[in-house]
Amino acid sequence: MHATLLDPRNRLVVLLTRLLLLGGFLLLWWLLTSRGWISPFFFGDPVGVARKLIGWFVTGSIYPHLYTTLIETILAFLIGTVLGLGCGLWLALSPFLAVVTDPFIKALNSMPRLIFAPIFALWFGLGIWSKVALGVTLVFFVVFFNVFQGVREVSPAVLANTRMLGASSRQLMRHVYLPSAMSWVFSSLHNAVGIAFVGSVVGEYLGSEKGVGYLILLAEGVFDIDSVIAGILLLTVFALVLDTTVSLFEDHFMRWQPSAGQTVSGHA
Amino acid sequence: MTAALRSVEAERRPQNALEALRFDGVTCAFASNERRGRTYTAVSEVNLSVRDGEFLSVVGPTGCGKSTLLNVAAGLIRPSSGTLSVFGQPLKQGLNKDAAYLFQVDALMPWKTAEDNIAAGLIFHGKSKAEAIATAREWLLRVGLHGHGRKYPHQLSGGMRKRAGLAQALALDPRILLMDEPFSALDIQTRHLMEDELLRLWSTDRKSVVFVTHDLEEAISLSDRVVVMSAGPATKPIAEFDIDLQRPREVAEIRMTQRFLQLHAQIWQVLRREVLKSYARNPA
Repeated sequence: MHATLLDPRNRLVVLLTRLLLLGGFLLLWWLLTSRGWISPFFFGDPVGVARKLIGWFVTGSIYPHLYTTLIETILAFLIGTVLGLGCGLWLALSPFLAVVTDPFIKALNSMPRLIFAPIFALWFGLGIWSKVALGVTLVFFVVFFNVFQGVREVSPAVLANTRMLGASSRQLMRHVYLPSAMSWVFSSLHNAVGIAFVGSVVGEYLGSEKGVGYLILLAEGVFDIDSVIAGILLLTVFALVLDTTVSLFEDHFMRWQPSAGQTVSGHA
Repeated sequence: MTAALRSVEAERRPQNALEALRFDGVTCAFASNERRGRTYTAVSEVNLSVRDGEFLSVVGPTGCGKSTLLNVAAGLIRPSSGTLSVFGQPLKQGLNKDAAYLFQVDALMPWKTAEDNIAAGLIFHGKSKAEAIATAREWLLRVGLHGHGRKYPHQLSGGMRKRAGLAQALALDPRILLMDEPFSALDIQTRHLMEDELLRLWSTDRKSVVFVTHDLEEAISLSDRVVVMSAGPATKPIAEFDIDLQRPREVAEIRMTQRFLQLHAQIWQVLRREVLKSYARNPA
């Protein structure tokens, strides 16, 4: 009885339970704040947040901000991925260079790179490019290390076999190294999406004139906690949308893999 | 009729028959993983020739450097000393372009369908995509994979993957086929099927085959000649036997014949000593 009722494979039951959990949380939040048990000044209230969100979209005031943040994130994500892929392949295929650059790359990676934000603001100004640069430094390393590993993990038998079939070094790159690295790249891209958002929002937070991060900063300045929460919700939804897009591409490009879609999407 | 057991060193037959492959004093030493500065000699002073159109099997205890010999033949590794000649030409650098290699483990590109895997080699050789795919489809049919061309390697069974691998190698129409225990991972029925399949494909144009295995029955039932390797390290061929069984053969049936059993007993006598030596050095 128990087992059949709470079967994890029963999608309807799972979905209903999830909705129940979400609804319960919202109800609790609303009860606590509306009864004055916790202060809505510090914790906001769900009705206020909803009103803010609807207001943003009805008046259209959110669009320029949302557009800016999304553009920054997507640019950072794309540029970081391409650079990471290129450098990863290049270094993995030239062992000498890999050994030489190893300590520098380790140092750059362990550096708290968000600290570059003020420098980038000086270099690239307060527009989108300082945020893109910050996002790129974050995304690059995630992708880079995965590609590097991916190339190292190419099966020696597949490599030798493809060489025996007459592949030139360019063909090896296209038919063996790239596809083999792609499975690693895709598992890193889920992380990269989240990190790209971190880059643009933190960048906006530290100095900008547009963007959801800027909006949150403004609201915080006037203790408008409802707007802060609404902004965070908005960012979460769009991070999920981008992550789903990556999954769609992954399902298409990784259909040769025996167990597609097993990657866990952990965010930074 | 008696099987001719000859010492390989004594055998210096006149070079009248065209030789597909010829090992002259081939020695391969590798840097040892365990102790620095030490080297491990896998094969030592190997003299061996493979005639054009001959099906040669190499048997020996496990880990005796049989695969090393194949890798030398493929040009994947260079011998430390000695030379390898391919159809009379010494192989100085690069891969052996006349040879195709069937590996022990699955070596299909997992991100390509069976069809694309077979076509890949042809595309590398400069064929157009359409032409390559058409040839690949023919080969799928020939190895009994009709209707499985659009599947990825993980969707195929072990035997089907071997068939695809065989088609991939043969589609290039190589003059030499190198096979490294290709069927060792298959169950016994599938294995017999694949062996028959291999003989059927081989009999159509008689390529030179070097077939490495540790399974003596497999070696005898497939080959024209069986070479026994000594236990490692510093392996070398120590005996060879002509297999005068009639062709075409049916591997499951030929194993029941009197002549097969005779040959098996003779070769096993030599091989057994090496297997025991090998166990004495590396207890199982």
